Amino acid sequence: MAIVYKKSSCLTDAPLTYCPGCCHGIITKLVAEVIEELGIDGITVGVAPVGCSVTAYNFFTCDMVEAPHGRAPAVATGLRRSLPDNVIFTYQGDGDLAAIGTAETVHSATRGENITVIFVNNAIYGMTGGQMAPTTLPGQVTQTTPYGRDPKTAGWPVRVCEMLATLTGTAYAERVAVNNVPNIRHAKAAIKKAFQNQLDHKGFSIVEVLSTCPTNWGMTPEEAMKWVDDKMIPYYPLGVYKDIDGEAK
Amino acid sequence: MADRVLMKGNEAIAEAAIRAGCRHYFGYPITPQTEIAAYMSRRMPKVGGVFLQAESEIAAINMVLGAASAGKRVMTSSSSPGISLKSEGVSYIAGSNLPCVIIDVVRGGPGLGGIQPAQSDYWQATKALGHGDFQLLVFAPNSVQEMVTAVYDAFENADRYRMPAMILADGLLGQMMEPVVFPERESVQFEKPWALTGTHGERKHNIINSLYLTPSELEQTVLDRYKVYDEVKKTLPKAELYLTGDADVVVVAFGATSRVVKSAVNSARAAGIKAGMIRPYTLWPFPVEQIKEGCRNAKNVLTVEMNMGQMVDDVKLALECSKPVAFYGRTGGVIPSPNEVLAEIKKLAGGEK
Repeated sequence: MAIVYKKSSCLTDAPLTYCPGCCHGIITKLVAEVIEELGIDGITVGVAPVGCSVTAYNFFTCDMVEAPHGRAPAVATGLRRSLPDNVIFTYQGDGDLAAIGTAETVHSATRGENITVIFVNNAIYGMTGGQMAPTTLPGQVTQTTPYGRDPKTAGWPVRVCEMLATLTGTAYAERVAVNNVPNIRHAKAAIKKAFQNQLDHKGFSIVEVLSTCPTNWGMTPEEAMKWVDDKMIPYYPLGVYKDIDGEAK
Repeated sequence: MADRVLMKGNEAIAEAAIRAGCRHYFGYPITPQTEIAAYMSRRMPKVGGVFLQAESEIAAINMVLGAASAGKRVMTSSSSPGISLKSEGVSYIAGSNLPCVIIDVVRGGPGLGGIQPAQSDYWQATKALGHGDFQLLVFAPNSVQEMVTAVYDAFENADRYRMPAMILADGLLGQMMEPVVFPERESVQFEKPWALTGTHGERKHNIINSLYLTPSELEQTVLDRYKVYDEVKKTLPKAELYLTGDADVVVVAFGATSRVVKSAVNSARAAGIKAGMIRPYTLWPFPVEQIKEGCRNAKNVLTVEMNMGQMVDDVKLALECSKPVAFYGRTGGVIPSPNEVLAEIKKLAGGEK
């Protein structure tokens, strides 16, 4: 019988700890498939963050380290400078990468650190039960913005790819989504490019993946997928923001 | 025979680290330890090593975490306010059973404090450099030459026990120049099968982690670590005993302060007072047995520190409160003078002899 689908060999048998309908599962799978397709599992070292994907070290078959909140790019820098022939990636959420770890993110990018960053933006702090994230949209209700995020008092959401694209050290920054099949296929191609860039010594590559949090958004998984289209993508347009290969739009 | 060279304490630390096999240094500028970073930036590229100036002390200690995860001998250095910033990372490093070396060239505090020598990070180093149940190895050299020894001791024992090690220096030791001989000492190296180097398809993945959501599992990791600490307490405590055999008054002092105290003890002896000194070289593990031994005949014990008496409780506990322990100290960057210490010794000895 022909095999039409199988789990990536770069995923362990540990059950994913994500809520039903959450896109972390899809994104984790895409990263594992890319690692498998590039044949780099044996030389890859991953850095897990603090947040919903804190136990990512249990899901990937490659060597893994768990970083303090927001410090994954600094930990990855220490690994990068110690293991010149390995592939180093971080897998981080929005609170981790764009709030508490902003300095580590910006400076690893501006150093042109040759690492791959997978940035999962779901516009909320999921692990702690649904508080405002740096990427929470104006008007979005969370546990700490019960009347909706008011930019006058809570500030504006940060657009990470646009910000990092201004830095000379950033080789590649693209925002993708995984809320439908074409978007998933495109997201996988972007993640693959971000890893291939590292193998080609091009420097700092980041893929921002718009994700969902049905649990804390208070939606069904289907409504959450639609919310990505209706609310998130208009504020966070998909596309390539920086590509030193000259493909930036 | 190795050459004697005149070096600043900070530079001697950096050179000793390279000789002990450290090829990864991550730092951030802060007075009075910046010569360490400057020296590393000159030397590391010449020996195939890594020097990186991080965007903050927080980033630097997390780069240390990354390099230590890869199994490398790695060091960072800072001074008091910067060490406070590193405390988060140090807790994670301890919780992940990773070895590394941290240099604290202490300055006066709290807050931004000052930039002159102090020992007011004693509590931070020995009791609570970060959240959770853990300890660091803490070495307290008192000369530029001993800084070199301490660097070797720190790297080897950090690797041996898989825990972070700190050298608690001060602005005086860091900035002063003394002749130093770098010993022909082969640094002991250790296998690190736990290191993250890539599985190469030959083993199950290694995970370096400090998260255990099941309380009994977390408790067990802490208990395992405390078994290591028990071993450390048996093997590592070290102190110098100076003229303590017949001493009525024993002064306990560490680091640069011990040199002031030694002068005062010599002056007291010249004045007919039986004074002696105990100088802890390891602050954690604290040299309990050496304190007991050195104070055996003492009628009075005096600790002298460049802080408000942070070591006093440890001395009292070592003596099980069996003898009176007095304190004399200066703080905020003020260095006690031999005459001030002599006056305290005379007071305890019952006045002028």
